[in-house]
Amino acid sequence: MQSYIDQLIQDGYFTGVPREVVYAIAMVLVAFIVLSVFVAPLAGVTSWLERRVWARMQSRIGPNRVGPQGILQWLADGIKNLLKEDLIPSAADSKLFSLAPYVVFVGFLCTFVVVPFGSTLIVADLDIGILYVLAVTSLVVVGILMAGWASNNKWSLLGGMRSAAQIVSYEIPAGLSVLTIVFLAGTLSMQGIIKSQGWAPWDWYLFNNPFTFAAFFLYFTAALAEGNRTPFDIPEAESELVAGYVTEYSGMRFLFFFFAEWGNLYVIGAVATTLFLGGWQVPPVTDDAILLGVLQFIVFFLKAYLWVFIAMWVRATLPRVRVDQLMALCWKYMVPLSFLCLLGTICWMLAFPNGNQIFSVAMFVLGLLILAYFLKRVLFQIRHARPELYFKPHI
Amino acid sequence: MEVKEVYLQLEKKFPGKVGDFKGDVPEPYCSVSPDAIVAVSRFLRDDSNLKFEVLSDLTALDWPKQEKIQVVYHLYSYSNKSQIVLKVDLPRDNPVVPTLEGVWKVANWFEREVFDLFGVVFEGHTDLRRIMLPEDWVGYPLRKDYVEQEEYDGISTQRAPLVEKLLR
Amino acid sequence: MNETAPVQSQGFYTEDMTISVGPQHPSTHGVLRFVVRTDGEVISEAIPDVGYLHRSIEKIGEKVTWHGYVPYTDRADYLAAMFANQVFCMAAEKLAGTEVSRRGEFCRVIACELNRIASHLISVGTFGQDIGAMTPFVHALRERETINNLMEEICGARLTYNYIRIGGVGYDILPETCGRISEFLDHFEPIVDEYNRLLSYNKIFIQRLAGVAVVSKEDALSYNLVGPNLRGCGIRWDIRRDIPYSVYPELEFEVPVGTGQVGTLGDSYDRYWVRIRELQESCKIVRQCLKMLPKGPAIAKVPRKFKPPVGECYARVEAPRGDMGFYVVSDGSEYPYRVRIRTGSFTAMSIIDKLSKGIMVADLIALIGSLDVDAPEIDR
Repeated sequence: MQSYIDQLIQDGYFTGVPREVVYAIAMVLVAFIVLSVFVAPLAGVTSWLERRVWARMQSRIGPNRVGPQGILQWLADGIKNLLKEDLIPSAADSKLFSLAPYVVFVGFLCTFVVVPFGSTLIVADLDIGILYVLAVTSLVVVGILMAGWASNNKWSLLGGMRSAAQIVSYEIPAGLSVLTIVFLAGTLSMQGIIKSQGWAPWDWYLFNNPFTFAAFFLYFTAALAEGNRTPFDIPEAESELVAGYVTEYSGMRFLFFFFAEWGNLYVIGAVATTLFLGGWQVPPVTDDAILLGVLQFIVFFLKAYLWVFIAMWVRATLPRVRVDQLMALCWKYMVPLSFLCLLGTICWMLAFPNGNQIFSVAMFVLGLLILAYFLKRVLFQIRHARPELYFKPHI
Repeated sequence: MEVKEVYLQLEKKFPGKVGDFKGDVPEPYCSVSPDAIVAVSRFLRDDSNLKFEVLSDLTALDWPKQEKIQVVYHLYSYSNKSQIVLKVDLPRDNPVVPTLEGVWKVANWFEREVFDLFGVVFEGHTDLRRIMLPEDWVGYPLRKDYVEQEEYDGISTQRAPLVEKLLR
Repeated sequence: MNETAPVQSQGFYTEDMTISVGPQHPSTHGVLRFVVRTDGEVISEAIPDVGYLHRSIEKIGEKVTWHGYVPYTDRADYLAAMFANQVFCMAAEKLAGTEVSRRGEFCRVIACELNRIASHLISVGTFGQDIGAMTPFVHALRERETINNLMEEICGARLTYNYIRIGGVGYDILPETCGRISEFLDHFEPIVDEYNRLLSYNKIFIQRLAGVAVVSKEDALSYNLVGPNLRGCGIRWDIRRDIPYSVYPELEFEVPVGTGQVGTLGDSYDRYWVRIRELQESCKIVRQCLKMLPKGPAIAKVPRKFKPPVGECYARVEAPRGDMGFYVVSDGSEYPYRVRIRTGSFTAMSIIDKLSKGIMVADLIALIGSLDVDAPEIDR
């Protein structure tokens, strides 16, 4: 995008204005457009999709009334919540209470600045792209602690504390997995990491060496835990079986937390795609810039959204992990494993400085076999899942 | 083992404390005097032939005409598949009986319920307070002469008969 | 009720929190309340507080006639209403010496075992929900919908049946209904395997439950646990097998017992596993009954004004939550003198205080779910 703005300045549009100001205004404008046109409907549609996906997995239908197939349900929910009474408990700290949802929201929205949609479609290609994402998502912890404390409710406090402990702990395996890829790519910038991969699956970092394969699953699990999703959703869905740190919230404030969670799903998918799945790389089928841009956008979006769908699938299926088991999982198993992946990748890079094409192709074939076996099991389940049997009474 | 034989063993072991055996009814029972109930239950539970391991039920019956409250214990033996019923008669104005909590721990809750609904005091109980009704309820509902209190916590407990309400 | 307790030698003082789990809660089964003293994660004490659903059914028994009391017994445990109906009618019949029609006995067993399947489905589903898996709950409810429809065909009501009357059953089971029950059983038996694949063999589920809240055999007897709770500890005691009633002596079925296959014997997983196996056994029982259903009247002749002789009687059945016993005392009039309902959930609550010392709050929820307590049974 920077080159485009440079072009405009050269064409003489902003003559009297200093360069930095033009850049700043352009970035704010583009960020605003991205956030309102892309992120807000995305989070909303993700919430609708989540409810439909769960419903089909639970052999029921889900929202299908508002708009075609219920696709405007999130809009109806949003408007309803805006019209609700704004309750702040009298004994709660009202300033912190009101501020907490916004802190969480900001923590999640800031990541969209560096999410790449195409080779030129990014708000700002920071040199420290991925590090910025990791840093900014930690802001969510502050928001959750504020929410838990300011509610003046023992349940909320417990939920907030647990959530903070969980997010902070799982930063480490996530960060180490990210570091593994950064070593391979040699740069922290998101576009740089994507450019150092290729469009073919065996050029992705996922199949580069067995350690990055493991690092991918570690990253995905850690990111699910950071986003408070099942099986790690102790802080939110029924923490001690009340709503955890969002107990005292109602109306739009309540929705902000969940908005951030659904949007965060997309960020998880986007970062996973950038790091491991080759981002927006497409085979060079066309030279037309606009068509290429659109193609790259679609490819990136589909890859990222696949992981959103898988996160929803996992949530519908798995039960919840207990808090001490969760911490044990992180510190006793995932952190050592991520260190192992990191060291393994470094050794691999020393052994094969230019990468090992044959091994990557072999890993890709292995990955395909695992996928095929998985699909076979899914087919088995689908074939053996009985359709519903429903008798109307004969009276 | 027939209940009659159990009763004979009890009579031998606790002379004068048990009596009134009735054997030809669907549930054979015998009466036990209040001060011996703990010893009798412990004997029934621990004896290697009798082995009444379980206290199936502990409840009470209110007989206002005979001025007594009867506490009824149903003991069951899983090994011998037999049941025995012990009844303890207590005076209605001061029903006190020792607790069986030391013998079977479930008696804790059963006795709390009997205390709550009948007013029987169990001596030696670790935590005798009302279980179903609120702590500040007045009266013992399952007694035959129970009259509800007029209001509780400011809300009236009386309801006008429906016919009057409809005619109004 | 906060206590200060020094935790570390540097002079750190922490207070225990006293929080209230319930009475409004998406998880506790019915309206229950636990006053829990915890330091944030580990419980030092959990005191149950019951009585929110006390409807004084026992006192009502003294005011209505024998026949008229049957609908009230439904409400003693609305998830297993048939069993309460049956045991009251058994107690009244034993007292008065009335005969029950043979076809009525078979209809009773069919209805009761279908109700057992429905109740265990709810128990297993809500247990999964408490642990966090929301999908098996909805699947269980889907199956239960069919059972409710079958019940509506049989007796006109979906939840509180008022079907088993003194002397037999209220309405006959028609042949079309029998056909539909068979179809349902053919559809349902493989679904239990589905639940196992989804929930029982799930590693996270097992990890949550293995070794949690172990009940030893002596404790089970001392605290008078009954039903699947008792069988989960390894004691093979089932009233259908050991104090047989109705037509159960002629039926073949197994009594599942917990074996400590994951974790210790008597932990939460064993109690859950016994319920899953009982689902399969109930299917077998219903199939046998459908084959053996004799012809004849559904209800025997019982006088309108039912006046049993003076006396008392205790009857038990194996309800889904254990041994439900009715102790009825009659003084010769057409109103009972005293009706006493003894339920399995009441005694299961008494053990929670002991088992909850030193476990985590999430385990408390697993414990309550695995004991399958049901508020209407506790409070009556």
